[in-house]
This record gives sequence, structure tokens and C-alpha cells, in this order.
Amino acid sequence: MSVKSYRAAIREALEHEMQRDPDVVLIGQDLAGGAGGGGEDDAWGGPMAVTKGLVGKFGRERVLDTPVSEAASIGAAVGAAAAGLRPVAELMFCDFIGVCCDQILNQAAKYRYTFGGQDQVPLTIRTTIGAGQQLGSQHSQALYPLFSYFPGLKVVVPATAYDAKGLLATAIRDNDPVIFCEHRLLYRLREDVPDESYTIPFGEARIVEEGGDVTVVALSRMVHVAAEAVRALREDGIDCDLIDPRTTTPLDTDTIFDSVEATGRLVIVDEAGPRCGTASDIAAIVAEEMFNALRAPIRRVTPPYAPVPAAPELERSYVPDASRIIAAVRSVMER
Amino acid sequence: MTELSTPYAPSREGLRGAYRTMRRIRCFEERLHAEFAAGRVPSSVHLYAGQEASAAAICAHLGAQDYLHNTHRAHGPAIARGADLIAITKEIYLRAGGLCQGKGGSPHLHDARLRLIGANGGVGSGAALACGSALAIRHRQENGVAVALLGDGACNQGVVSESFNLASVWKLPVVFAIENNGYAEATATSYAIAGDNLAARGPAFGMPSTRVDGADYFAVHEAAGVAIECARSGGGPSLVEIMAPRFYGHYEGDAQKYRAPGEVAELRRTRDCLTRLRQRMIDEYQFSTAEIDAMDAEIGVDIDRAFAEAAAAPPPDPALLMRDIYADRSGL
Ligand SMILES: Cc1ncc(C[n+]2csc(CCOP(=O)(O)OP(=O)(O)O)c2C)c(N)n1
Ligand SMILES: [Mg+2]
Repeated sequence: MSVKSYRAAIREALEHEMQRDPDVVLIGQDLAGGAGGGGEDDAWGGPMAVTKGLVGKFGRERVLDTPVSEAASIGAAVGAAAAGLRPVAELMFCDFIGVCCDQILNQAAKYRYTFGGQDQVPLTIRTTIGAGQQLGSQHSQALYPLFSYFPGLKVVVPATAYDAKGLLATAIRDNDPVIFCEHRLLYRLREDVPDESYTIPFGEARIVEEGGDVTVVALSRMVHVAAEAVRALREDGIDCDLIDPRTTTPLDTDTIFDSVEATGRLVIVDEAGPRCGTASDIAAIVAEEMFNALRAPIRRVTPPYAPVPAAPELERSYVPDASRIIAAVRSVMER
Repeated sequence: MTELSTPYAPSREGLRGAYRTMRRIRCFEERLHAEFAAGRVPSSVHLYAGQEASAAAICAHLGAQDYLHNTHRAHGPAIARGADLIAITKEIYLRAGGLCQGKGGSPHLHDARLRLIGANGGVGSGAALACGSALAIRHRQENGVAVALLGDGACNQGVVSESFNLASVWKLPVVFAIENNGYAEATATSYAIAGDNLAARGPAFGMPSTRVDGADYFAVHEAAGVAIECARSGGGPSLVEIMAPRFYGHYEGDAQKYRAPGEVAELRRTRDCLTRLRQRMIDEYQFSTAEIDAMDAEIGVDIDRAFAEAAAAPPPDPALLMRDIYADRSGL
């Protein structure tokens, strides 16, 4: 056990899985960096410095830097997975999925199904999500609901370094395509993480706090923002269950149902948008299955139905904060 | 490859304009570099220093009816196209009064009135959008052209190859101006560009194509002129690959360890379009050092003013968060 950043935990999982299985290869832009140049190799170690050092350990045969060609490189990763490798492809910003949608949403997601179950696609796509760096409308989105729309894909949204490491190992060993969504604002988050390899099963939510008055479900970075709100509410005598589903596909509805059964009140906090998003999805499932247990309307705390603006003041008002979560929890307590 | 050349015989006024544009860009980027280092620039910025001749020479051929599609290395082309320096600076600082009201930022500098089209989150998309601009121009019989600026790295996007083909199939008045600065992020073109020759891709799509030295303003002016004239007179698309060095990192904060030691210093010494132009103006066009220094001083004042105004500008109106999502909100 030692203190590690979210970034280092992810790197460690990659390293362990590459050691464990020679068929694990990494594919992406500047995973090493420095190809063709006159300077240092591994000059970047990934656009977010997550893969730093791996090319030194595993060589360029297994750490493959690509041209700026997501359609071809993600497509090649799908093909390689179907042909028996276990690729981990990196999509630098989830926003760039636009140029390789077909490869992910049609090819990877439906390969097995379309061909009658003859093949499997053990592919992991690591991508980054989230606002908060003033990068504007096309570098700040949290598009995981898009991935969850598509049956055939599994979707992971780790909120902590511990979860990131264990869930990435699971993703790589999983025999289906997994989209692993790293929140860029979490890379520096540090906590105790085991040094050895471990896995965390998909579809098992983490109960972050137990309270009993209100169920708060939050995803990715919003888990931390919700935790702040939950602490403040506790001082005022409102005790919340805080649940982090950790994977949106599969979704651990049982844990959410159990909590809502006891509290009768549900607030969902999501950095993805209010329409067709994960919060809406969970709200619909709970409304359908748990209607009789509910004592108040379900509240969703999400950004507004708007693109992400670049200016910091506008961006701050876009991303849900603790005060909005507190207000939502109070509003369901009034009923 | 088709030979594209008509000798450039500039007027003194033409050269003065070119120098002013290039110097303004250089000064702006150097100032921004310093401001970023001092921690005063929000967000991320990609500097254009070293590539000034490309934007300046292309824009010298463009009129009000023409479109320029920018890349994320956006400040230089925006300045060359004549966008307001203060509004550019405010946009980079994400303040009220910025070109895009602070909602876009550095890579998305856009001025619809100037037909300066902001860059795309996904590199290379401008190639396709430029085909659309060209289609509109032709439809309206505006006698205009659309120029798509593209990085070398962006040329590895599928959409760029598709756009080359579409432009050729439809004989669109488009010029694909590839600014090859040797790198896409931390990866050199010698690794990522198969064949290491983007100009060679033009003929494969039936387009005239040429490669020019981006450190030579005269050469870029000539090549861009031929391509733009060809498009304007109904000759269809062409491709110009402009070999221009990148003097700073991919973005500010990039340690650039992938570059050879001394590489940038060498490029600055041997391939600086601005010092070359300046020298040629003195040697061949009877400019005095004093005359040029006076231009420099004037530009310095403009730059100081733009940065001072940007620093003093308020943040955008909070209501902008929900504004301009739709042109027409009826039914929403
Ligand atoms: C589709 C897509 N993939 C990756 C990126 C990340 N990215 C931003 S700039 C850049 C390098 C582009 O290189 P080039 O086109 O040569 O332009 P330069 O930065 O050299 O001006 C990359 C890969 C992106 N913006 N869009
Ligand atoms: Mg480049």
C-alpha cells in the first residue's frame, strides 16, 4: 500500500496487465511521444502523462504511437481485439469520438452480436472526460451516457485512484469492449492504493456514505462534489446515503434500490447533460421499479442543457457544485 | 506534380503590409508566451511563431468574399485576416468583448463578418467545412475561394482525404493550405506522415499541388497566389504544402523534450521568415532600418494596448451560458 495519484494508479494497472498478458498492447497518440524526432523518446508519455515509462518497459512493439487518425487506429484496435489481442486504445478526449463513432458504436459494440456470437472483442478504450479546464465546448464534455446507450459496450467512470486501478484491470481482462472514462480533474487526486494487482467487479456500486435520510447517487468527479455536500448536510442533521455506481454499464441497480427503499428520496448528480443522460436513465429506472417507495419526486442535479463554455465564470456555473446538491437534497426533504 | 509559379513582384506597400502582419503576429505570440509563463493566461494556447509567412501570404490574396478556415494554432491567421487585435486578446483571456464572447477561447477565434472560421475541436474538420464554404460561394456566384488551413497532423484524419476527393469531384474553389511544421504534438512528421510528403497527395486526387518553403514569404505568396487564382477562375481545388518551423511547443507548457537539443535555436537562426523578409526589404527594396524599426515600435504599442485591455476586461455576462444554443428558441 502506498499513496498514489489517480494517474499513477491507472499507469500501474496498465503495467501489471501488460506484464500479465503479452497480448495487451497500447494504441494511441503520443503514448510515448518523440517518434521520428531528434530528441528524447517517451518525451510525453501520453497527452496526460499517464503512460509515461511504459515504452521503456515494453518497447514500441507494444506501445504503439499512432498518427492523428482515430478512425483508423481505434478501428484497428477493434480488429486486433476480434483477432485475439487485448488492446488498450486511448481516445485523448471523449469529444473526439465524433471522428471514430462508427468504429466504437457500430463495430466494437455490435461485432459479436452481428456475427452471431462467433467472436469477442476484448478491447478497452481509455478516454478522458470533464469540464473545469477552460477548454470549451469540444474538449470538456462527459459523454459516457452516449456509450451506455449502446448495448455491447461496458462503461466505467472511476472516481478514485483505488477504483481506477482495480476497474482498469477488470476492463482489460474483460472479454467485451469497455469504455474507461478518466476525469481529467482527478488525475492528481491521491490516496492509498495497494501496490499489487487487484480487480474490482463491474456492476458493483461503492457505498461512499451511509445516512438513511436521502439517497444521493453521483458519478465520476461528482462523487467528490456530492461528498462535500453530504458532509455539509450532516452538520444540519440530514444524513445521506452516497452511492457511486462506478460503472454505468452494467449498472448496479440493486444497491440503489436498497437505499431508496429505506430513504424514499433520490437525488442524482451527473456531470453529463440533463437530456438522455445517466441521471435521467437512473431516474427512469427507479421511477419505474420503486414508485411506491418514493416519498418525494426524484431530483437530478446536472449541468444545464447547454454546451460547455470556455470562460471560467461561465464554466463554473455550468458544472454542478455542492450548493446545488444541497439545495436538491433539501427540496426532497421538504416532501 | 504540376508546377505552380508566377514570380512575385511586390510593391513597397505590399511588403510593408506583409511585414506589419508578420511582425504583429510574432510580437503577439512572444508576448503571450511571456504572459503564459507568468501564469496570467487561462486555458491552453498554441503559438504560431515561425509560421507567420504562411498566414500573411495567404491572406494577402483574400478579399471580403473569401473564407479562411483556421486551425487551433489560431492567433496568427486571425491577425492576418484582420480580426480586431483587442477582441482576439480578450477571447484568449476568455473575457467579455472577445471575438466569441469568451465562449470559445484561443483555438476557436472566429469572426463571421470577416469570413474567418474558427477551428474545430477535432483537427481536420475545417477541410470539410471549407468545401461547404466553397459550395456556398459558388452557388451565390461570389467569385470567391475558401482556404482551409490544415496542420500536417490533421492531414492524417480521414475527413481530410475525403475532402480532397470531394473538392476535386465537385471542382470546388478550395485551397488546402497545409502548414507542415514538422510535428503533430510530440510526434514528428517523419514518423507519422507515410511518404513524408503531403504535397504528393494532391495529384492522387487530381489536384495541382506544390510544396514551398514557409520561411520565404515570397515563395509562399507566389504559390498561394497561383492556387487561389486557380480556384477563383473556376479551375477547382489545389493543395499547397507550406514547410514552416514551429518556434514554441505544441502548446504553452510543453517541455519539448522530443526535439533535438539546439533544434529550435537552429531553426530560429536559419528559417525565420520574419528576419528573412526584413533583410530582403533592406537589401532589395531600399527599406531603411529606421523605417522598419518605426513599424516595430508602432506594433509594440498596439500589442501593449490589446493585452492591457484584455487584462482589464470583465468576465462574460453570466446569462451567456444559456444564450446562442439555438438561433430560434420557439418550441423550446
Ligand atoms: C481528432 C483529433 N484528434 C486529436 C486531437 C488532439 N490534437 C490537438 S492538436 C493536435 C496536433 C495536430 O497537429 P497538426 O495538425 O500538425 O497541427 P499543429 O499543432 O502542428 O499546428 C492533436 C493531435 C484533436 N484535436 N482532434
Ligand atoms: Mg504540425
